[in-house]
Amino acid sequence: MKKRKLPPLGAGSMADVAFLLLVFFLIATTIETDAGLNLVLPPWTENETIQPVPEYNVLSIQLNALDDLYVEGEKVRLSDLNQRTKQMVLSEAKSPEEAIVSIQIDNATTYEHYIAVFNEVKAGYKEIWNDTALKKFGQKYDDLETENQKVILKTYPLVISEAEPSDFAMKK
Amino acid sequence: MSKFKKKGKKGAPGITTASLPDIVFMLLFFFMVVTKMRDSEMKVKIQVPAATELQKLEKKSLVSHVYIGSPIPKYAAVMGSAPRIQLNDQFADPSQIPFFIANEIEKLSNPKLRRAMTCAMRVDKEVKMGIVTEVKTELRKVNFRKVSYLASDAGELE
Repeated sequence: MKKRKLPPLGAGSMADVAFLLLVFFLIATTIETDAGLNLVLPPWTENETIQPVPEYNVLSIQLNALDDLYVEGEKVRLSDLNQRTKQMVLSEAKSPEEAIVSIQIDNATTYEHYIAVFNEVKAGYKEIWNDTALKKFGQKYDDLETENQKVILKTYPLVISEAEPSDFAMKK
Repeated sequence: MSKFKKKGKKGAPGITTASLPDIVFMLLFFFMVVTKMRDSEMKVKIQVPAATELQKLEKKSLVSHVYIGSPIPKYAAVMGSAPRIQLNDQFADPSQIPFFIANEIEKLSNPKLRRAMTCAMRVDKEVKMGIVTEVKTELRKVNFRKVSYLASDAGELE
């Protein structure tokens, strides 16, 4: 059998080199972007002034050191919080713009439960936003333009107030 | 045996591989661009909680990470097993947050973007809220108020 001619040197190994780099970057890549629950913290003030807010405008949520969930003083299940939020915003509060969600936690509350509660409150609001968006613009809230989202947010602003955490567990 | 050998005999090579480097380089550049090197070694063990109402963090350069969790076994002997804060690749106290934030702001190319900066909190499920609240208080004190609690997508787990 006749020996075939070798291809000119250089270009052949180029692919190998590139592959090597490619594999490295493939492994080093973390494509998924971080996702999380966004919030804006209240500005810092030395001595907190407490503005009196009528009780009917506030959904007071308490999470104690044992991760029990209380809404308006009653023990509720986490799965009901979503509906409870909607109920407060849409019917109990004087107007949805004035509705405030107050979350009181304990220093010994676990982060997981805090996030779960936070998530449920957001989910409740999301449903309201979605309903309004469908009615007003015929689209889901997430698909709306930023301006239209702002319109909805103006009517149904999500205000979460976080009271100073209690410290029962530490005192024991 | 010899039968197989005969069959293995090849003719002229079919496809030219000359364009292979180009294709590979294209892929290479893609991955080089999207790659974000894990810039800090994790010294704390973190398993983020699950949530459904997630929002993506868009600009990675505008995100500062604060990690809170129990030190991994390697460091547990020195640091103990109580949850600690990790900033960049160092253990830190809540009092070091203002310095950390000032550093992060300095890194910005355009000072106008200061207000768009977000603090991503990657916190372990089991952590008690006390330490998280301390961090939040420090952030409020330096008027760095956009925070995101990183979480995994609850829908993806099932």
